[in-house]
Amino acid sequence: MGLVLLVVIWLITLIGSYFIVAKTWWLPVGASAAAAGIDHHFTVTYILMGGVFIAAQLALGWFAWKYRDRGTGSQPAQYSHGNTTLEAVWTILTIILFIGLNLASKSIWASERFDAAKPGAVQVEVTGMQFAWYFRYAGPDGKFGATKPELEDASLGGAGALGLDSTDPASKDDVISGVMVVPVNREIEVILRSHDVIHSFFVPAMRFKQDTVPGLAIHMHFTPIQTGDFEIACAELCGLGHYKMHGIVKVVSEPEFNQWLAAREAEK
Amino acid sequence: MTTHEPHAHAAPQGFLRKYIFSLDHKIIGIQYFFLALVAVFAGMFLSLLMRIHLVWPNASLPFFGQIKPETYLSLLTMHGTIMVFFVLTTAPQGGFGNYFLPIQIGAPDMAFPVLNMLSFWTTFLGFLVLLAAFFVTGGAPLHGWTGYAPLSALPSAGPGEGLGADLWIISIAIFCIGALMGALNFITTTLDMRAKGMTLMRMPLTCWAWFITAILGLLAFGVLLSAGILLLMDRNLGTSFFVPLGTVNGVLTGHKGGSPLLWQHLFWFFGHPEVYIAILPAMGLCSQLLSVFSRKPIFGYKAMVYAIMAIGFLGFMVWGHHMFMSGMSPYSAFAFSIMTMGIGVPSAIKTFNWLGTLWRGRIRFSSPMLFAIGFVSLFVVGGISGPFLAQPVLDIYLHETYFVIAHFHLIMGVASIFGIFAATYYWFPKMFGRMMNETLGKAHFWLTFVGAYAIFMPMHYYGMAGGLRRYSQGTEVAWINSLAPIQKFISIAAFVTIASQFIFLINLLWSMKKGEKAADNPWEATTLEWTTATPPPHDNFGGVTPVVHNGPYEYSVPGAPRDFVMQTDAPVTAKH
Amino acid sequence: MASFSTTATLGEPQVSRGDEGGAPPIFGGGGDGRPGRGLPDYPTRLRRARLGLLVALTPVLMLFVSFTSAYVVRQGLPTLDPRTNQLVRDWIPVKLPALLLVNTVVLLLSSVGMELARRQTKLAAVAATARPAKEVPLSAEGKTPWLAMTIALGLLFLFGQWMAWKQLAANGFYVATTPSSSFVYLLTGAHAVHLMGGVLALLVAGLFVLLRRPVTTRSIVVDVTGWYWHFMAALWVYIFALLELAR
Repeated sequence: MGLVLLVVIWLITLIGSYFIVAKTWWLPVGASAAAAGIDHHFTVTYILMGGVFIAAQLALGWFAWKYRDRGTGSQPAQYSHGNTTLEAVWTILTIILFIGLNLASKSIWASERFDAAKPGAVQVEVTGMQFAWYFRYAGPDGKFGATKPELEDASLGGAGALGLDSTDPASKDDVISGVMVVPVNREIEVILRSHDVIHSFFVPAMRFKQDTVPGLAIHMHFTPIQTGDFEIACAELCGLGHYKMHGIVKVVSEPEFNQWLAAREAEK
Repeated sequence: MTTHEPHAHAAPQGFLRKYIFSLDHKIIGIQYFFLALVAVFAGMFLSLLMRIHLVWPNASLPFFGQIKPETYLSLLTMHGTIMVFFVLTTAPQGGFGNYFLPIQIGAPDMAFPVLNMLSFWTTFLGFLVLLAAFFVTGGAPLHGWTGYAPLSALPSAGPGEGLGADLWIISIAIFCIGALMGALNFITTTLDMRAKGMTLMRMPLTCWAWFITAILGLLAFGVLLSAGILLLMDRNLGTSFFVPLGTVNGVLTGHKGGSPLLWQHLFWFFGHPEVYIAILPAMGLCSQLLSVFSRKPIFGYKAMVYAIMAIGFLGFMVWGHHMFMSGMSPYSAFAFSIMTMGIGVPSAIKTFNWLGTLWRGRIRFSSPMLFAIGFVSLFVVGGISGPFLAQPVLDIYLHETYFVIAHFHLIMGVASIFGIFAATYYWFPKMFGRMMNETLGKAHFWLTFVGAYAIFMPMHYYGMAGGLRRYSQGTEVAWINSLAPIQKFISIAAFVTIASQFIFLINLLWSMKKGEKAADNPWEATTLEWTTATPPPHDNFGGVTPVVHNGPYEYSVPGAPRDFVMQTDAPVTAKH
Repeated sequence: MASFSTTATLGEPQVSRGDEGGAPPIFGGGGDGRPGRGLPDYPTRLRRARLGLLVALTPVLMLFVSFTSAYVVRQGLPTLDPRTNQLVRDWIPVKLPALLLVNTVVLLLSSVGMELARRQTKLAAVAATARPAKEVPLSAEGKTPWLAMTIALGLLFLFGQWMAWKQLAANGFYVATTPSSSFVYLLTGAHAVHLMGGVLALLVAGLFVLLRRPVTTRSIVVDVTGWYWHFMAALWVYIFALLELAR
């Protein structure tokens, strides 16, 4: 029985680890400035935790086999209540490992969340509602117009869905889109809002996720470094259409972005 | 709570008093156990439906027809709620704790037997109310077991958010009251009813785990109750504790100014300790079993006790790690993450001590031991993914993916369930006077152990590739759709594992009637429950009050006549 | 942890605890606990009941701690008004009815009555255990019906709270009017429900007199309810102060 345990536990450990090492299913290629740092921290954590995981499982299987009861001829078990020095050693080692690992990631978290977007970042307001995303650009005046919940009507789409108040002068030049178009290599400041329940704005390629909470306007930022289309999905249970609530971030060159914005402006 | 019942109550006579409204902690423990058994099969059945829907969304099932996306969400809500409350909290604490805590400390019963009975029937009522949510208009709620407001606070936010959601909240409130009464009994009994010589530091680690778990419950369930009351008021009295100004489908909700994050704070202040409420008894039990079946004293008894205390204490300071992406201050997030990494330390100490117990032991592989070893393996794999999720930087990506599902299912789900299985195989002889079948027990172990890995290991990969939880279908998002083969593999593994649980059920029911008669101490263990008759008499020790002279884990003592020294035997002198 | 400081001083009666781990309770006999087996003695039962109460007060305390933290958060946290894109607060302070002051006095008086009732029953119980031959007649407990007075004052307080609710409603403050009024109803309501539990326990103790149950059992119920009652009085003072001072 001990041998079977050893074989099964070791096999599970090795097969389980193989798919991690081989990266058979892995994060998508990073397309934002933060991705490299986050991915590096993933690797560090995997190496350290993977080491602990493999060591503990191998030891468990090994002990199960080695110290099995072999009948009458077998060694009696050792009468020992433990070892305080060993206890202290592994407590301290674990503290250093766990807390150190966390502190090592502080600078990335700080740049992602402690620091506000720099002045001159491209502002995009992201609004979640059951079950769609809308993106709003302030237009030439740099100001978002007022929105009124009473005016919301999702069937109108665009400005109607957001409840944009057309009497507010600041709202005249607001551009509303169902696709998030952003320029490459510019910092994007997103202002996350929700109309009804909590949603979460998740763009795996950007290594970006943040809940959108009704009653809050959450300011966050990221910097795309690759052009292309990247999918958005809702990552917080928001109702029966949760699985369908997805969208696209279209990262284009800066001239293309300006062109697109001007064209949308002209349509109004 | 002021009525005081003498604990030396008379042995009941009629069937109703003896088996239904019994005051005997042993009968109540068995009642809890069977409630959890019904609940676990119900919860497992719901997961079966979910696994079918995820892979064959268009399949038409007998009796159910085709499962709709909103039904899928109801299933996951009810699966989570049933499993967390009525299985993981009910079986290890209410079931085995009720039965064995008084016996292991040498008491004739719980401190307040009437309260004990009320606590079971309250829990039972809570379960009925929860199940009733399936049968009301709109069906069961779809807001997940965490019930995040405003989704859970607005009847218009989705199907099932009407009466079904009210019943869900009421059920949890009822459960809280039952759990609080139970915790009250556990704590008073442990503090006041220990036999002579049973010092705190001579209690088996199971008792320590039940005791600390009861304290966690005592502090946590009151907070959940308060959150439930506020949520009910938001839903039915028009208040705005959790709901800000907003609309659903363009219609104003009539609320304003509330804070959705307030719900999350209150919920997780309960919710995180709840994780430890589920896992601590299993930890205590597996410490016990590893020592018994390695024929070796537990490695580092004191370290184990302090680790349980540390986990209990830190468990109340880490709730914010569920909220890194919620809009909470990033500074708090970082503080919470440091605390969370800190709680990994006592967990790691326990793992080291378990390995230390096996080391140089003389291991007997009976079914309970196999499950205890399986527990250690699953605890390691479930624990090791914790430090990923505890770091906000990595949680940006992993939050709400299947990586989280894999993590908490392995550690608080499967590992705890392995603890429950181990406890069942270990204590069944004492509870029912017969042994369980070893061959069936081993078959059950191998299928469940390999099955659990086959289900939950791939979920890590699914999550690493960005697969999101609570998605009834992955077809709408390209990157999730590409992961469909993993889901298929998981579903097939789940079917096999679910099927193999019937081996356990058959073994359990068959052995109750036909199993081999059990001796008083079949495992040659040292704790007090093995000193008394099988099954124990009404007052546990047949009028004799045990006197304790030894620690709970005196195995292979050099010079002793047997390789174990009972707690009631003459004091052991050989000390290292 | 108000409950601990309130109840940690419940020292008397001093019960010998035996050596480490507490003395084993002594029982009347063996077998399987058929009728006729003795109860643990009075001091043991009293100690155990008090310990149980101390433990039971913890979740009550947690409930109100949790409500308080919700109160503080809800009062301090602004939310976004999408119309103006400004963060706004919607907390309107409620003017509490002056009747609550009267109610407070009533409750504190009842607490005094409760303490006298507790001591009275305790003396009777101690007397009964000293002379175990016969049940002590009720008259030996003294002439003043403190227990009945406590129940009456408790009910008066609950009635007063109900009147205060009606006054609030008359002033236009309903449960959902403003978050502050929601909390007034919530906290007073939750406290009233807990106090009703205390009244119920005292009624049970009164019923014991009619049912001629042993005075020791009644004394334990009254003693434990007494400490619970004091806790409820202190809790009310705290709630009142919170509502009045942190408007």
